[in-house]
Amino acid sequence: MKRMIYAAALMVWAGGAVAQDVMRMAVTTSFHNSGLADVLLPVIAQDLDLEVQLLVVGTGQALKLGQAGDVDAILVHSRSAEEAFVEEGYGPHRREIMYNDFVFIGPDDDPARISEAKNAAGALQAIAQTEAVFVSRGDDSGTHKKELSLWRAAAEEPAEFGSWYKAVGAGMGAALNTASGLDAYILSDRASWLNFGNKGDLAILFSGDPVLFNQYAYLPVSATRHPHVKAELAEKLEGWLTSARAAELINGYTVSGETLFSFNAKP
Amino acid sequence: MGDLWAGLSEAFRLLVTLDSDLVEITLRSLQVTLSALLIGSAIALPLASFLAVRRFRWRRGVIAILNALMGLPPVVVGLVVYVILSRSGPLGVLGLLFTPTAMIIAQVIIIVPLIASIAHQSLRDLWSEYHDLLISMNVTQGQKMRTLLWDARRALLTASLAGFGRAIGEVGAIMIVGGNIDHATRVLTTAIALETGKGDFALALGLGIILVGLAIAVNLCIHWLGRTEQEGRW
Repeated sequence: MKRMIYAAALMVWAGGAVAQDVMRMAVTTSFHNSGLADVLLPVIAQDLDLEVQLLVVGTGQALKLGQAGDVDAILVHSRSAEEAFVEEGYGPHRREIMYNDFVFIGPDDDPARISEAKNAAGALQAIAQTEAVFVSRGDDSGTHKKELSLWRAAAEEPAEFGSWYKAVGAGMGAALNTASGLDAYILSDRASWLNFGNKGDLAILFSGDPVLFNQYAYLPVSATRHPHVKAELAEKLEGWLTSARAAELINGYTVSGETLFSFNAKP
Repeated sequence: MGDLWAGLSEAFRLLVTLDSDLVEITLRSLQVTLSALLIGSAIALPLASFLAVRRFRWRRGVIAILNALMGLPPVVVGLVVYVILSRSGPLGVLGLLFTPTAMIIAQVIIIVPLIASIAHQSLRDLWSEYHDLLISMNVTQGQKMRTLLWDARRALLTASLAGFGRAIGEVGAIMIVGGNIDHATRVLTTAIALETGKGDFALALGLGIILVGLAIAVNLCIHWLGRTEQEGRW
């Protein structure tokens, strides 16, 4: 019996070894929470014989991982930060893959009446005026950057807000949990929201303004700066992500009957 | 209350169906933590006996620092290990970041002060008993340390188990250095954090219940192998 336990312990150590090609890609929490990765990755493994290991972080950290050369590619959604990334020579180029949209979530009874707002700026102004509780990601992610730019567009300055504005410094799911607990307003991407399990009294109150458009782009990490990155595999993956097969899978992905992403990569 | 029941039934479902993902992350949890425990004990126990036996100038200082480091925040350890192992850090060429090895390194750093402090406490008491005898027998330092370690083995087991407890439930450091990559560095605690983030409390709680069960099973197993807590023994 004792021997069996030692044998079992040995087996635990031995672990499985896989002969496949392996690369690392940093993706945003919002992309991962959408569940699309679970559809794409097995097909990628089949088509390219390539195992893509996902590091799920905020856009800010994803860019940082790319700068340090700790990943081979990143898939994020914050255009100005991505362009700076390419400009500073951390990545050779930026390739647009697909988009989805942001939505305003809030308590069912909608104390700030944002569902009657004409545009995103109007909705935010209504929240600021009623000082309804608002949860912000506060983690320098793509969603957080989007939220800040929306506040500025609405001529409001988040740094001056009172205690109703709560920057939680957490990922999309954790921030949605907080909003659900506080019955607060929050900006989320549609995919994360539809896949979120703890909705409580929250609902989508405002969506559809073109400024809420959310473009995802793929950026390989520069091999001149970091010779160890697997540029060849990153290129293979880019080819697949912009292919007709990816288009079909991305456009066809639905959650509760709603299409989440629209493929818009240029061949 | 509903979430708790859902968690219990989820844990039951995962266990009965022997969910393949669950088996994988559970084995990886064990692999990382038991490796860290072995390496950590191999460093901490000799260190503790050395501190009990030897008198040197900075002894008090070292002991005080070890005691203080018991409360080392895992997040800080994770961050430091991350910065060192990152490709742009001093040990970046090893390419260890986001591998189970990096997680083991972080956990070793977390548990060594804990195991060494607890072990030193019991070795010091034993040393005061053995001091005159061992001195009169004129044994070497190495023999003193070995005698102490062997005769205090039951107390040292407790020290190691405390280290195991801290490591198996730890999430802050391994999340940072491991990256919670599916099929590569995901373990029970990081999976729980992930499912909580998705708002899937039932699955998160289920995994939590399994984690607690695992910790109990490992402790029982170690006691059984060491034949402690049995009749006629202590």
